[in-house]
Amino acid sequence: MTPDFLHTIEVILNGLMAGVMYSLVALGFVLIFKASGIFNYAQGVMALFAALTLVGFQTGQVPFSHLINELFGTQIHHWGPGMNNLIAILLTIVVMIVFAWLVEKLVLQHMVNQEPIILFMATIGLAFFMEGLGDLMWGADIKTLDVGIPSGGSFWWEDVTRTWVSEGYDYYGMYIDLLDVYATGIAVLLVTILTLFSQFTKTGRALRAVADDHQAALTVGISLRTIWVIVWSIAGIVALVAGIMWGSKSGVQFSLSLIALKALPVLILGGFTSIPGAIIGGLIIGVGEKLFEFWIGPLVGGATENWFAYVLALFFLMFRPQGLFGERIIERV
Amino acid sequence: MKFMKLLASMVLSMSVAGVAYSDLVIPSLEYRTGPYAPNGIHFADGFTDYFTLLNERDGGIGGVPVRVVSCETAYNTEKGVECYESTKGQGSLVYQPMSTGITYQLIPKATADGIPIHSMGYGRTSAANGKVFSHVFNYPGTYWDAASIIIKHILDVEGGDISGKNIALVYHNSAYGKEPIRTLEKLAEKHGYNLTLIAVDHPGQEQKSQWLQIRRERPDYVLMWGWGVMNQTAIQEAANIRFNMENFIGVWWSSSENDVIPVGQGADGYKAIALHGVGDDFPIYDDIRKYVLDAGKAAGDGTNLGKVLYNRGIMASMLATEAIRTAQKISGTADITPDQMRDGMEALKVDAARLAEIGLPNFAPPVEVTCSNHGGPGLGAIQQWDADTQTWSLITDFIAADREVVDALIAEDSAAFASENNITPRNC
Repeated sequence: MTPDFLHTIEVILNGLMAGVMYSLVALGFVLIFKASGIFNYAQGVMALFAALTLVGFQTGQVPFSHLINELFGTQIHHWGPGMNNLIAILLTIVVMIVFAWLVEKLVLQHMVNQEPIILFMATIGLAFFMEGLGDLMWGADIKTLDVGIPSGGSFWWEDVTRTWVSEGYDYYGMYIDLLDVYATGIAVLLVTILTLFSQFTKTGRALRAVADDHQAALTVGISLRTIWVIVWSIAGIVALVAGIMWGSKSGVQFSLSLIALKALPVLILGGFTSIPGAIIGGLIIGVGEKLFEFWIGPLVGGATENWFAYVLALFFLMFRPQGLFGERIIERV
Repeated sequence: MKFMKLLASMVLSMSVAGVAYSDLVIPSLEYRTGPYAPNGIHFADGFTDYFTLLNERDGGIGGVPVRVVSCETAYNTEKGVECYESTKGQGSLVYQPMSTGITYQLIPKATADGIPIHSMGYGRTSAANGKVFSHVFNYPGTYWDAASIIIKHILDVEGGDISGKNIALVYHNSAYGKEPIRTLEKLAEKHGYNLTLIAVDHPGQEQKSQWLQIRRERPDYVLMWGWGVMNQTAIQEAANIRFNMENFIGVWWSSSENDVIPVGQGADGYKAIALHGVGDDFPIYDDIRKYVLDAGKAAGDGTNLGKVLYNRGIMASMLATEAIRTAQKISGTADITPDQMRDGMEALKVDAARLAEIGLPNFAPPVEVTCSNHGGPGLGAIQQWDADTQTWSLITDFIAADREVVDALIAEDSAAFASENNITPRNC
């Protein structure tokens, strides 16, 4: 094989794995939209908030320490050396569940039967509130997140692929980031768990019933409020996974909330109501944008990925407005 | 009775407002929120703490207290312009926009309002030509100086010959990131290196394509014009592809602890250009601790002292202070106006002796500004990150930019600006 061909395969592989990272964010949007029809603008901030909380627990940071110090003239920052990763992750999950309960209690409960746009606006407010709360609780510094996931190029893969090149060419092997490989494994695990949960548990069936028809679900005694808490909790856990993966790449900082921008084209392409759609959409966007940047980018000055992802999504939208896997839109007059 | 109370309170508030106007008003367009907050906080803390020190220790500058008026921009150009509009009426002496985008917007506005702008090491590079840009200053160095200084450092490392070398520029795809391109292209013509331009879109969290390209093309050196999360991601990706960090050099806005600490050991050896010294081993820090931090008057919690961007804030406020002192001397009044401040900035001279007197010996190269040169000396040193000790060290002296190339570009660009805006260059 020629190095050019191998480079193309390398770009496709890295595109697929970048797509998985986008899908991790998109999954949270899909879960909430499917169950409640709400486009949750705060999903990116939830990932940030979850990652900030995790690092806070890991490092033994005292929440609201800046505020406490300002009010009482104290100098406290940490309560101890921190805790191990597993306990910190479990505690963060608890925080995200409490957060889901609070969202239902304080926001959604008061907006039952409101137009989707009103609920969307509420999530915009929620996003700004959470960003401020995260800042107040944990500070605005960039935090290093390490949960033990290896990162960096794989030497093994480089050695294996180096032998694939035809004789006479100088080739140094294919690059693959170990963090992306782990992210792919975790995403597969997450989707499997979500699928099994939704297919084979009573709560999962209730979730699907609510997703299919709110009114019908209510008539058979399914509590919409409980379902909302469960869905927001699951979306919070998915946000934590996305926060861990993205935070491990470039530190936990407030720009983490902007990863939501990467999920939007995935949702447009895959459909807002389909978990497989979020995965397939992510993969198509990831590969599409990377190949475009590889082939066309140098001709147009580069930095094509952000806009190309949206162009690709819009192209699909022209033929399937509901997205590749979204529910068919049927309007009866 | 009620009317009398109202009248009394109005008189009182007017008199208080009158007192407020006798302060030296320095607006601080800062960003403590949003995606760029981690950097903005360090700078804003240093900037504010220096003025607090002067107020607490010396009673202000020339006996007049300094009033820092903070306005949050979140690094957003529209908000920055709003900050300008809402604070300019308070007697603001000088604006430090802390953003190239905001600077570009404020250049015509502030010039029309007669208020000087100091875009220290950012903004429009050709504003260094004081004949055209009467109210804009970008001393002590510009982006074009930085590009030239980095190339001079590479020349030094390579024994004076870089012809045939491959140099890539990874840049933020914005007005800021594109600033050094022309200079690097001119320098490529002069020194014979090959330049590859690699753009990264805002915010720069995903750079896989860019670094796969670097891995394929194997440039000898990579330069970076980044900001915020783009910096950490780029340094992480460089570490991932095992790029030699000694050959990865960032501009002074890609040079903070925030950029390297999240990458851990992988960032060891990363270089960046420095406008000033590193660390807190300067006498002024004793005073900052005594009069500001220990007195509970610090802008932050004190953990940022000595960090690169905190020092940059100190540098910015120190230069503003020295310009105020110069203006007070020239005008013979302590309570100066923005016009007098502009004159002070144009006559600014901070030599090594003065830096030592301030408590910042060898912190920065001497700065001298003239009517025709608003860009200052255009010097920069190279700093390098040690991941073990988590410290930056200056590994070179302050290096001068290639004035032959940079000045010609400044003259060309500022002449074009003057022509487009019907500005007759001043004679000086």
